[in-house]
Amino acid sequence: MEEKQNSQTSLDFNQNIFKPTSREEIVEIVKNCYKKNIPLEINGLKSKNKIGRNFQSEKTLDLSEFKGIIDYKPEELYIKVKAGTPLKEIIEELDKNNQQLAFEPNDFGYLFSGESNSGSIGGVVSCNFAGSRRFKVGSVRDHILGFQGINGKGETIKSGGTVVKNVTGYDLSKLVSGSFGTLTILTELSIKVLPKPETGKTLIIKNPHLKKALDFLGKALSSSTDPSGGVFYPDYFGKNFVLNDLTHDGGLTAIRIEGPINSVDQRLKRLSKELSLLDQELSILDNEQSSIFWSRTKNLEVFKKLESNLLRIVLPISETLIVIQKLKSYDIKYFVDWGGSLIWAAFETLNAKILSDIKDIVKKHQGYITLIKIEDDLKASADIFTIDPIKYKISEKIKRSFDPKRIFNPGKMYTGI
Amino acid sequence: MSSLQMPKVDNSIMSKKDKIALDLRRIINSKNVLSDPNELRPFETDGLTAYRQMPLLVVMPETVEEVSQILKYCNENKIKVVPRGAGTGLSGGSMPLEDCVLIAMGKFNKIIEIDYQNRCVVTQPCVTNLAITHAVQDKGFYYAPDPSSQIACSIGGNVAENSGGVHSLKYGATTNNLLGIEVVLMDGTITRFGGKAMDAEGYDFLGLMTGSEGLLGVITEVTVKILKSPEVVKAALVGFPSIEDAGNCVAQIIAEGCIPAGMEIMDKALTKATNDYSKAGYPTDAEAMMIIEFDGTEHEVEAYIQKAKEIAEKNNSSSLKISKSNEERLKFWAGRKAAFPACGVLAPDYMCMDGSIPRGKLAEVLNEISRLSKKYNLPVANAFHAGDGNLHPLIMFDANDKESLRKCEEFGADILKYCVKVGGALTGEHGVGIEKRELMCEAFNDRDIQQQLTIKVALDPNSLLNPGKVYPILRKCAEEGRVHVHGGKTKFPDIPRF
Repeated sequence: MEEKQNSQTSLDFNQNIFKPTSREEIVEIVKNCYKKNIPLEINGLKSKNKIGRNFQSEKTLDLSEFKGIIDYKPEELYIKVKAGTPLKEIIEELDKNNQQLAFEPNDFGYLFSGESNSGSIGGVVSCNFAGSRRFKVGSVRDHILGFQGINGKGETIKSGGTVVKNVTGYDLSKLVSGSFGTLTILTELSIKVLPKPETGKTLIIKNPHLKKALDFLGKALSSSTDPSGGVFYPDYFGKNFVLNDLTHDGGLTAIRIEGPINSVDQRLKRLSKELSLLDQELSILDNEQSSIFWSRTKNLEVFKKLESNLLRIVLPISETLIVIQKLKSYDIKYFVDWGGSLIWAAFETLNAKILSDIKDIVKKHQGYITLIKIEDDLKASADIFTIDPIKYKISEKIKRSFDPKRIFNPGKMYTGI
Repeated sequence: MSSLQMPKVDNSIMSKKDKIALDLRRIINSKNVLSDPNELRPFETDGLTAYRQMPLLVVMPETVEEVSQILKYCNENKIKVVPRGAGTGLSGGSMPLEDCVLIAMGKFNKIIEIDYQNRCVVTQPCVTNLAITHAVQDKGFYYAPDPSSQIACSIGGNVAENSGGVHSLKYGATTNNLLGIEVVLMDGTITRFGGKAMDAEGYDFLGLMTGSEGLLGVITEVTVKILKSPEVVKAALVGFPSIEDAGNCVAQIIAEGCIPAGMEIMDKALTKATNDYSKAGYPTDAEAMMIIEFDGTEHEVEAYIQKAKEIAEKNNSSSLKISKSNEERLKFWAGRKAAFPACGVLAPDYMCMDGSIPRGKLAEVLNEISRLSKKYNLPVANAFHAGDGNLHPLIMFDANDKESLRKCEEFGADILKYCVKVGGALTGEHGVGIEKRELMCEAFNDRDIQQQLTIKVALDPNSLLNPGKVYPILRKCAEEGRVHVHGGKTKFPDIPRF
């Protein structure tokens, strides 16, 4: 797709919020901002725009009208969309062909506003937060086959394509995933889609103990039963899951098995045996209830309209127990996803000192923290993302290679980037 | 093929060979610096044996600090560096330059840690792909990406090339199975991207480095995830009366929601050649032959095999055999894996291409290849990782006949251009290297390439690390060579190739 570099649109540059509907308009906006050194805040559907550092921007580029499915080929397992397309619309389209985005992106709408807002696909890719299937199918970035974007000079660039196997040049699709809109304005995304499993069932073990839960999850994930989800909710969240097949309301460990019906039943039986669950109180959620359960998990519904602070902590599984034990000295409510390697932790009180201490703990255990929701006062001073000096230097160089004048979301990830 | 243009030789470096060798001997154990032509000879080529070039010097560091000091020294003295793992790459990614220091990573050959609790292996980069699986298989685990050369190729090389394999449809390529790397940048900076925790935050340098073909850094440590071995693996061998039927079968299997562990198609020419060579029991009268493999639990595999059988029958399959034992399954694969030597019997030389296409375009692309085969008057046989659209045409020619070689090169380039035209890619798993460098402008325009080059310059301002690879030098789409095999002899004839 050759770009008309000189095409002019009828954009009014005096406005502060641009709502482009075509790539040509975006190119023109960026070229103008590049020329005049105008920083741009880039937004999709604003479901996650509270994540990241506060930064100064003169103008806003709102991509919510730059939307639409460009090409969907179910038999080729890909969908090509404009970046502002609502995730919801994509999922509905895939549903018609019994396909899905296997990476189960989080819906942060419940957390920030109390209701669903799964955002735009561009936002999902820019944040790279994958849901419960992460340990089995990979993250968002593992499903991006290619993209087209506008760099900080207003040039249209592309990388990858629509085929799954492609090693032609650097894999920039990975680099832009999780870059929080600081490298390029995504315009088109080609995403790998996968068939939905025939069925999915969830084994729920009544268990309030973290140590035991991590033991169950570790064994399950290392078994040949091939689970696709593994979470632990402590006692205080048990009541959030009132489901017909769920016979108890306390702390629970849940393990999801997906695939052909016969196989799911066989694997569930095997799993119960391998985890020696005979003396445990168990429930098995059928397909429908299982979907509800995992949807609530990916939507972070236990933190619906959370008043306090929410931290996302990723660790090697071996470190989760000790880190949570250390964090319990603070006033926290948490649950564990990704089969034990992701902790969503709400802190009732958080200040710079506590934050610094928590970061040290997590870093010591080879993990990292992302501040998803924090109080405004703290947000102004705290590092939302953690980075070491060497990686900062490299990040700075990479940022400049895409956006030499730092006009895209400047400072959203790190000061100076 | 001798006309390959490489970056201009720096004569001032050439003239300082002895001094550079002396300096490097101060940095690392002097016996690990090779300067004698006889010692350098083994490093003159990789798996793309059509191209040969002796390096200025070879260094064999033993620690990451040594790698760092070598790179720092070379960077300060503007000396080009080419990294090399096992040297099995098929696109010339580790072919030396006349004025380069070749960093041979062969001494980084130990597995550092096997961590079952976190289901990962931390290893030095020159451990072979298969050695990782061997190290964990007694506990029932394995490392999923399985390039056909896995017996010899190094895991560091896999990262550099983002290697795939027969099973990448279900399990992904290297990039999807990698947790972390330690890497040394051209200025000597040692850093780590990723680790045992998933999705390290910040820019995804792990993803950027994977498949960067040794242009951005030298990998000194690799952490890969390991998976529990599937309980049951079964394969079906299916014959079809036409390529169209086979292609439709692939599309429907995918559409039905079955994702096989592997799905391979061979055309009639290759089916016959491989069957003659390895007596695999293939349906040689079929126009296309497919191997479909499923893995998982017993019920799961049974369910999928049944579904695949029904779909194959609906698509006019002329024969269908399901493996009854693991031995039989391996026999199904034996012919496919012997595709290289089988072609060596048919012609004095052949070149292996590596294009990626949308699955649904298989029949169209094979028809075009067949048309081109007539146009160039050179026979061709086709293997296809049908599940993920990765096509490997094998063009047969005679390298002693210059006209035949020229025609073969043109034929190959025409195939790759056609792959791009139908929405595919120049390379699915072999990498660009020097082989497809000048074809990059078929897939990318100047701005795309410029963006990539800007990243290169950001990390290696003097373009000293593996220059002349991946990005066009000629700035025009010249047709160049492919994997060239003479008389059935590759440099490592015993290694399965693709």
